[in-house]
Amino acid sequence: MKDCEELLSGISDYIDGTASKELCAELQHHMEGCENCRVVVDTIQKTVHLYKGDQEVDLPEGFQARLHGTLREAWAHRHGKAV
Amino acid sequence: MDVAEESALVLRARNGDFDAFDRLVRGCERRAWAVAWRLLGEKEEVENVVQISFLKAMEALETFRGDSRFCTWVGQIVTRTGLDALRSRKRKEGLSLDELSSESEDDPIARPELLVDWSEDPSRSIERHELQAILDGAIATLPDTLRATFVLRDVDGRSTEETARELGITAGNVKVRLLRARLRLREELTRAFGGEAMAHVHGIPAGLGGLAAASEGLR
Repeated sequence: MKDCEELLSGISDYIDGTASKELCAELQHHMEGCENCRVVVDTIQKTVHLYKGDQEVDLPEGFQARLHGTLREAWAHRHGKAV
Repeated sequence: MDVAEESALVLRARNGDFDAFDRLVRGCERRAWAVAWRLLGEKEEVENVVQISFLKAMEALETFRGDSRFCTWVGQIVTRTGLDALRSRKRKEGLSLDELSSESEDDPIARPELLVDWSEDPSRSIERHELQAILDGAIATLPDTLRATFVLRDVDGRSTEETARELGITAGNVKVRLLRARLRLREELTRAFGGEAMAHVHGIPAGLGGLAAASEGLR
């Protein structure tokens, strides 16, 4: 049976759902008896989840007005008429 | 916005309707900002990258075939433009994005040290602004090469192969860098979210003591 060290390399694949059935079973079995590895896997999953769900960021003040103003100007220039 | 509505807007934009293009942009601008922000972390540069990306999208609108959603297509332009900005920043420092600057690919992966679970779900227990600041601070500690890999894979949701192509490295290297990045971020965030358990961390538990040695086999 593999130990903590040997299983480290498979953690990313396990989290991404791309690990082989054998590795999944091995990791799950290992984590039932190893609290440290369970915590590492669990907190990596939480880390990834936090950054993945991080799309609703606050935009800086005035950013949208500047962006859409620039795009409007470029569009007018490109199409040869004000929009 | 559903696919049919998006297709109609793309068609109108192609026919010169700015308001249609403007609505498409509004549907993607937050995601575009988020990805560029995680990649670069400097407001002025991020704004520049996002603006240039949407200008490029405007120029290339005729080539958008609708095989993917508009935001996915724009996302590719944003990451490429963002990576260009990052490469240019690295060049000024005399470094390359395609090499690890502060550590070698051959270095062992740092073993997990803080082996405490998080006390609560931070997205529920912490104010959004505070959470953002913690996430910003943690990702800022990563070297650019690791950050770029993490952002493409875990923030923008690209595949290992796509990330490898964008970064000009092998899929194997993407995997190693991603694991390094995830472990380092986990460590940083555990400091913030470990709660009371962190106060009891005095040393490193023995269970994972040999992880560093094992990680040499990851290449």
